[in-house]
Parts: sequence; structure tokens; C-alpha cells
Amino acid sequence: MSKPLNVTTDQLAGIIKSRFGGHLKRVPSGAGQLAYEVGASDLRSICAALRDEGPFRFEQLMDVCGVDYLGYGASEWRTRGATDTGFSRGVNRQAPRPADESGRFAVVYQLLSIHHNQRLRLRVFCSAEPPMVDSVTDIWNSANWFEREAFDLFGILFKGHPDLRRILTDYGFMGNPFRKDFPTSGNVEVRYDPDKKRVIYQPVSIVPRVLVPRVIREDPRYPEDQDGTSGHA
Amino acid sequence: MPEIQNFTMNFGPQHPAAHGVLRLVLEMDGEIITKVDAHIGLLHRATEKLAESKPFNQSIGYMDRLDYVSVMCNEHAYVMAIEKLLGVNPPIRAQYIRVLYDELTRITNHLLWLGAHGLDIGAMTVFLYCFREREDIMDMYEAVSGARMHSTYYRPGGVYRDLPAQMPQYQKSRFRSKADLKRLNQARQGSLLDFIEDFTKRFPACIDEYETLLTDNRIWKQRTVGIGVVSPERALQLGFSGPMLRGSGIEWDLRKKQPYAVYDRMDFDIPVGINGDCYDRYLVRIEEMRQSNKIIRQCVDWLRANPGPVWLEDHKVTPPHRTQMKNDMESLIHHFKYMTEGYCVPAGEVYAAIEHPKGEFGIYMISDGANKPFRVKIRAAGFAHLSSLDEMVRGHMLADLVAIIGTQDIVFGEVDR
Repeated sequence: MSKPLNVTTDQLAGIIKSRFGGHLKRVPSGAGQLAYEVGASDLRSICAALRDEGPFRFEQLMDVCGVDYLGYGASEWRTRGATDTGFSRGVNRQAPRPADESGRFAVVYQLLSIHHNQRLRLRVFCSAEPPMVDSVTDIWNSANWFEREAFDLFGILFKGHPDLRRILTDYGFMGNPFRKDFPTSGNVEVRYDPDKKRVIYQPVSIVPRVLVPRVIREDPRYPEDQDGTSGHA
Repeated sequence: MPEIQNFTMNFGPQHPAAHGVLRLVLEMDGEIITKVDAHIGLLHRATEKLAESKPFNQSIGYMDRLDYVSVMCNEHAYVMAIEKLLGVNPPIRAQYIRVLYDELTRITNHLLWLGAHGLDIGAMTVFLYCFREREDIMDMYEAVSGARMHSTYYRPGGVYRDLPAQMPQYQKSRFRSKADLKRLNQARQGSLLDFIEDFTKRFPACIDEYETLLTDNRIWKQRTVGIGVVSPERALQLGFSGPMLRGSGIEWDLRKKQPYAVYDRMDFDIPVGINGDCYDRYLVRIEEMRQSNKIIRQCVDWLRANPGPVWLEDHKVTPPHRTQMKNDMESLIHHFKYMTEGYCVPAGEVYAAIEHPKGEFGIYMISDGANKPFRVKIRAAGFAHLSSLDEMVRGHMLADLVAIIGTQDIVFGEVDR
């Protein structure tokens, strides 16, 4: 057993920079946490290095999280330049879709080094439709179910995953419910049909509505771009 | 010669030992399990998606419903993530109250786990004993938040209110004799802190009782020793945390290693197992209850000596006091905006993890500067633990499956989210 390195996150960031250079791009994060962006083609080699090499030793993958960046930073209400007419009460549900959807889906990995007592976050953007990244299941076995979850909820494919099946949604479920363009109320509902004497699916009868509009206000108490993750791509 | 085939068997989802709604498809070779395919998601409520459509504060109540037996710890991780993004620190008294209630939560969680685990493998009495003490902690929850289970007590910037000066008492009822009433109310004559202190004095003897029933019990040992052994290397690979990791002999506890709130001021030890089997994990959890009791004592002493605010005075993040609101226009506006639109959180992303009774419970939160989170990801310990079920169970008997589900301390509220 090598001795744990008692380094600060800043020092670790320096070690990572000298080892990986431009392959790992530091991205700003809240609360002084280490966060990096990695290219999809480098993902597996860098993950293996982060797990095995002495100064890193990230033995544990705590979490894998899919993210859909559609509509990031979009506000449902205008809050500046108000107004001759006052704010409208309703919210327009038709969010504008960008023409280019590359950079829409990302996968975020939370790594933990028990040996050095450090955490690190990796983000990788998926290639375009269908979104796909390499699986890290053989590097950290704990990725197995987490990747299945991201596949189920976001439709992100993990190349090389041994058993990529849906995990949380119902048997026979259609669609990827956590995508931003999937309505919260869903597309279908089930009920018992007394004529057919069985449970049937039918288009959902709930009208989606917004109770509290999403607003983005600039707050002078927080310095501009405090940790700069606005404008993710 | 007839061909011998493996037997495929369905387990759950409605099975008392499935701890909720777990469906397993088992491949059996006689009574030996050769493969387990776990079907989860029967309690999936899309908590993360719902949180995206609500102002930050309105999702605190959803956190209660994740792991519904260790409610306050879930809230703690969630409010900690918001606080980190906002860059605020709650008052020190609020942090002590949080530690106090986190540890009470750990005890309730372990009591339910111990009772249910015992029940699963045939020890009925422990269940009754555990629920006796659990009831007292439920009363502590109720005294402070008004709800026995889904308390919604922690808020960004502090806790909802200070500890009450009077512990609520049992009322007269025709179903309860005078002597019973007197006995029940005996410890409830003073404040909530008095009641908690009295509990910490009683509780170690209660743990001794559970241990008398189980620790040297021959049947208990036959059912748990050498069952579900996980080596430290595999435990790391499989993403274990909490008592599951410590049971395998790895000394890792976020309260010590990456302290949050005021855990760095607390004096306690981390119990560690040796063999990584069900019995070691049982011993680890029992010792954790004793250590929690010790932490609660320290919190009670500090809280008695140090009155102070429990909420930040920053009324963009916390609501103003009712009396203020009724006399002051600005407070009224703050209150209205806070309760309707909520507050905007600066853009950024953060991962906040706490040592939950079941393991590492983390909230990964992305904010784009709006009054609602852009994405909330809940890292639940039970999800990672359950994913290792196949590996832990292979080669064991069907009856051991139940012991292994029990030792993982699975609660479907957090696994399915």
C-alpha cells in the first residue's frame, strides 16, 4: 500500500494537468469541487488511468448521471424590461428547439478515491443521435445499473455494456421519460376497460400546466459567473 | 436418462421479505441460487423529474419520501446541495440540531433494519423491542416538526424552527389506565432536550437487550456468519458505502473523512468489520447505534448551553418571521416572493454527499440560475448495494437470499426514486 497523498484539491488539479494535459479540460464547479470534461474517445483510457495510477487511485465510482441540456438557461418569464402590459399569466409550453442537437446529452461520473480522500467529477458529451458513449462497466462494476438507468431514462447508449436493458420504467414502456421534451404527465395512461375486460393504454387525459413559471433573475449578491458553469457547451 | 434443467423461480414483488416491491427472477439449481435478475422500479415516482418542475424548496418534502425510514438525512443532503450553490452557511445552532437529528435518524433506521432483518430470519422478539424505542424517536420528530415521519424540517439556511421548550405529553384516554399514562409521561415533563437526554441514558441498555437476543444466539449466527461475504476489493468495485463498506473492513465514514455540518467537533469512533459477512455488518450497525447515542449526548449538551438563531436572516433564502411580515411591507414582499416564486440559485453544479444510515447519499444538482433546479440526481446507497445482489447471492441457498436482502438494508423509496 502506498501512502495517501495529503494534497489539496488545487494540488491534485496540478497533478492531473501535468499528467493528462489537454485531454482533461477543467470546468468550473461550485464549492471548490474538481470537475473535468473529457472527450468521448478518451473516456475509457482516462478512466482506467484515474483508477489505477498512484496519485489518483479513484477506486470507487459513486454515481453515473445522464443529463439532457435541452433548454438550459431558458426562462419562461421575461423578468427584465418589464413592461407596459405586466407579465402574462400563462406559460408558453413550446420551448424553442435548437437546430443543432449535438452537445445535448452528457453523462456525469462521480469518482471517489478512498485512498487519497478525494472526489472528482467527469463529464462527457455524447455523440449525436442516437447519443452514445463507451461503457465503463469493466473499469468500475458499480457502473452497471447506473448506466442502465441512464439508458432507460435518457436513451443514452453505452457501448460495451453487458446487459443494457431498461431498469426503472414499466415493462413495455415507450420513450425516455427524463428527456426534457418528455412531458411530466407522460404520454399514455392505463385504465381498466370493462368492455374489453382488460387493462388498456390510452393517450393521457391530463393537460400539462405550469404552476410556478421558471424564471432566471440576476442577483447582484452573487458575483457574475461565480463558478462559470453557465454556458455549459 | 432424463435431462436435468435449472428451475426458474419468481420472488416478489409482493413478498414480506422483499422489503417493499422487489421482484427477483431466480435461477435455481435445486435449492442453490445460480443467478438472480432483480427487477426494480415498481416504486419509481420520477422524483428527479418532479424536482425539475418545482421551486427548490418545494422538493424538500419529496426527499422525505425517498428513504422513508431515514427522512432527515435525505433532507440534509438536499439542503446542503442548495446551500453550497448559494454559498450560504446555516447558523451554528442549526448545524448542531441537524447533527442531532441525523443521528436520531440513524438510530431509527438501524432499529427498523434490525427489527425487520431479525423478523426475516426468524427472530420475532427483536422486532417488538426495536419498535418500542423507535416510537420515542418518532415522538421527537413530531415534537420538532409536527410530523412523525415526513418531517420537512431542514430548510436551506437552517431548520424550520427551534427545539420546543415543552415536550408534548400523552393525553388521558379511556383506553389507557392512569398508571400507564403516568409512566408514559414520566420522561416528558421537561423540554424536548430533557426527553432526548433521558432517551440517551436509557438507550445503551436497550442495545444490550437486542444483543442479548442476537449476538451470541446460535440460530442467528448460523444464519448470518459466512453469508454474503464481500471482500474489500469487491466492495470498492461494486460502489459500496456506509455499513456495507465498513463491514468489509474498510474504514471509511464521510462524517470523519469529509466532515460536514459540525461532525468535526464530535467525538466518536468508526466501527469496522473483519470478514465482510452478514454477521459483521450486523455488529457494525449495532456499534453505530452506540456511537450515534454518544454524538447525540454531545449535541444535547451543546444545545443546552448555546441558544441562538436557527435560521439565516437572509430573507431571499429564508422567509421572514410572521410578526415581522404583518408589520413591515418589505417583509411581506419577501414572504410573498419566497412562497410563490421561490429564490433563484446561481448557475453552477455541485455534488453534496452525506453519510446516510445506509451509505453515501448524494445529491448532484445542476442549476442554470433559475428558481428551479435544472437537474437533480439522487445517488442512493441502496441502488448500488442492490445491484450487487446477484454477486452476493450466487451459490447460496434460497433462505440465505432473504438474509442478504436484509443485510443490504434495502428501502425501495430510495432505490426506485
